[in-house]
Amino acid sequence: MSSVVSAQPVATDLHDTTSRSRKNLDKLFLGGLWIFTLLAIITLVTLVGTTLLKGYSRLNLSLITNFPSPFPEDAGIQAAIFGSIWVVVTSGLVSLFIAMGTAIYLEEFADQGSRFNKLITINIQTLAGVPSIVFGILGLAFVARGWLGWGFTVGTASAVLTMMVLPVMIVSAREALKAVPSSLREGAYALGATRWQTIVKQVVPSAIPGIATGSILGVSRALGESAPLILLGALAYVSSNPAGFDSDYTVLPLVILKYTQEAQEEFQAVGAAAIIVLLVLLIALNMIAIVIRDKSRKSW
Amino acid sequence: MIVATSGVLVTTGVVVALVRPTFDFFRAVSVTEFLGTTAWFPLYEPPDFGVWPLVIGTFSVMLVAVIIAVPGGLAIAFYLNQYASDRVRRNLKPILEILAGVPTVVFGFFAINFVGPNIAAKIWVFSDVGFYSALSAGITVGLMILPMMTTLAEDAMAAVPRALIEGSYALGATKRETCTGVIFPAALSGIIAAGVIAMSRAIGETTIVLLAAGSTANFSFDIGQPMQTMSSFIGFAGLGDQPTGSTGYQTIFAVGSLLFVITFLLNMLSRRIVSKFREVYE
Repeated sequence: MSSVVSAQPVATDLHDTTSRSRKNLDKLFLGGLWIFTLLAIITLVTLVGTTLLKGYSRLNLSLITNFPSPFPEDAGIQAAIFGSIWVVVTSGLVSLFIAMGTAIYLEEFADQGSRFNKLITINIQTLAGVPSIVFGILGLAFVARGWLGWGFTVGTASAVLTMMVLPVMIVSAREALKAVPSSLREGAYALGATRWQTIVKQVVPSAIPGIATGSILGVSRALGESAPLILLGALAYVSSNPAGFDSDYTVLPLVILKYTQEAQEEFQAVGAAAIIVLLVLLIALNMIAIVIRDKSRKSW
Repeated sequence: MIVATSGVLVTTGVVVALVRPTFDFFRAVSVTEFLGTTAWFPLYEPPDFGVWPLVIGTFSVMLVAVIIAVPGGLAIAFYLNQYASDRVRRNLKPILEILAGVPTVVFGFFAINFVGPNIAAKIWVFSDVGFYSALSAGITVGLMILPMMTTLAEDAMAAVPRALIEGSYALGATKRETCTGVIFPAALSGIIAAGVIAMSRAIGETTIVLLAAGSTANFSFDIGQPMQTMSSFIGFAGLGDQPTGSTGYQTIFAVGSLLFVITFLLNMLSRRIVSKFREVYE
């Protein structure tokens, strides 16, 4: 009997200390979460800050109007800007075309459960996981040298970037087509449209916002990609804008790579200024994607 | 149909492109030298082809990156999933998206100009950290994959049924206890899969490592030293023009095959984990 009575305060005491240590642990845990969340924010701030600090002295018009030069104060990145535009626009258009074809086939025509369909889906997933430098190797073996023998040109770079962004584009185009409600298709069929008419006039137009957003994300990946192009000669000293698919080229990320490796502080400033140009282009692309997404949000 | 097949063609292309020159490479260099020696100077005369320095470099950088990205990604995902208010979430998500969209070469610049001198050199007390170090590259790669890890972990947590979480709160559990005791185990398969993808991304990263870890293949476990990884070696060898058919040219493909096989296995593993160990709730 007495033991029960004496046990009473002990039990509440125990309860008190555990609840206090529970509360303390809770605080500690939340503190940990805060630290990591702040880490992400601080990373972005210091990254942009370091770049601006190093590059603002070269952030003037001569940066985008001049060509490379042995003198850092005259060095510009015009060839790289035009090279990037050539490569990114070409690979964006070609991969959009292929991705649309693949997605329409897989979503609208193919038998969803077929082995071929599954094989392609697994294949696309595998491609998305391949390190980008391996695409560079593929390009080096088949496109630059080997049986295409296109050399280190705009065409080679566009072909390799096309292969690289293709998985992203296909996945987003498929998602966009999947989101089109089947009532829209059935309505078109009920009005006597053929399968092809239904796809071209009804399904694809209503999937365009989703496809556009996905393509812009793919294009921004291509714009920032550097690793495969190291193997494809984009580091060369190029002092003119590309004139066609057979031209020499360089692109913004590779110019940044080159200037970052330079020992001279003034060249590093050119690299930092080029980073700012690249980031501005990327942010502009993403803004377009966001505007498209918000403007065309429909609910069925 | 024809267009759809192109995806298969590219994958087969990758394998074919790697296999032929790899075979040529192993005709010139014995497998015992490749896997049995510890010096890697393939572009020198006389060349050495022991691949271990590259393997150690790759795993050192990957380990540092994963030590930052996995706990960090988990923490931010817990925060977004259970703690953050709608307003905070609306502001935090775009920050993570912007960070995820920063090109790797920009992270490389950041590694050389900030992470190396201000972080790696200060926290590593075991040796003198110079301009290039595996530590600086690893930290930066970790920061680069942090947003991806966060997104994948949060997707896994969002799939945990509400009833489980609310049941936990109804039993008097705190937010921390719900996170570690209910959400974490229920989302574990997705979280592990995310971790494996993060590993594979870290192993395949080229530009950051090329810029931040230097170009010496060091047979050492000291991450304060410069190191070369498999992918950064490929990038480095690609800087110089290797004549087609030379052993230097074939080395790119041999190392590329190794890299492709490792990342391919990791991605397969991640998909297996998701499909095999997923807890199915009604």
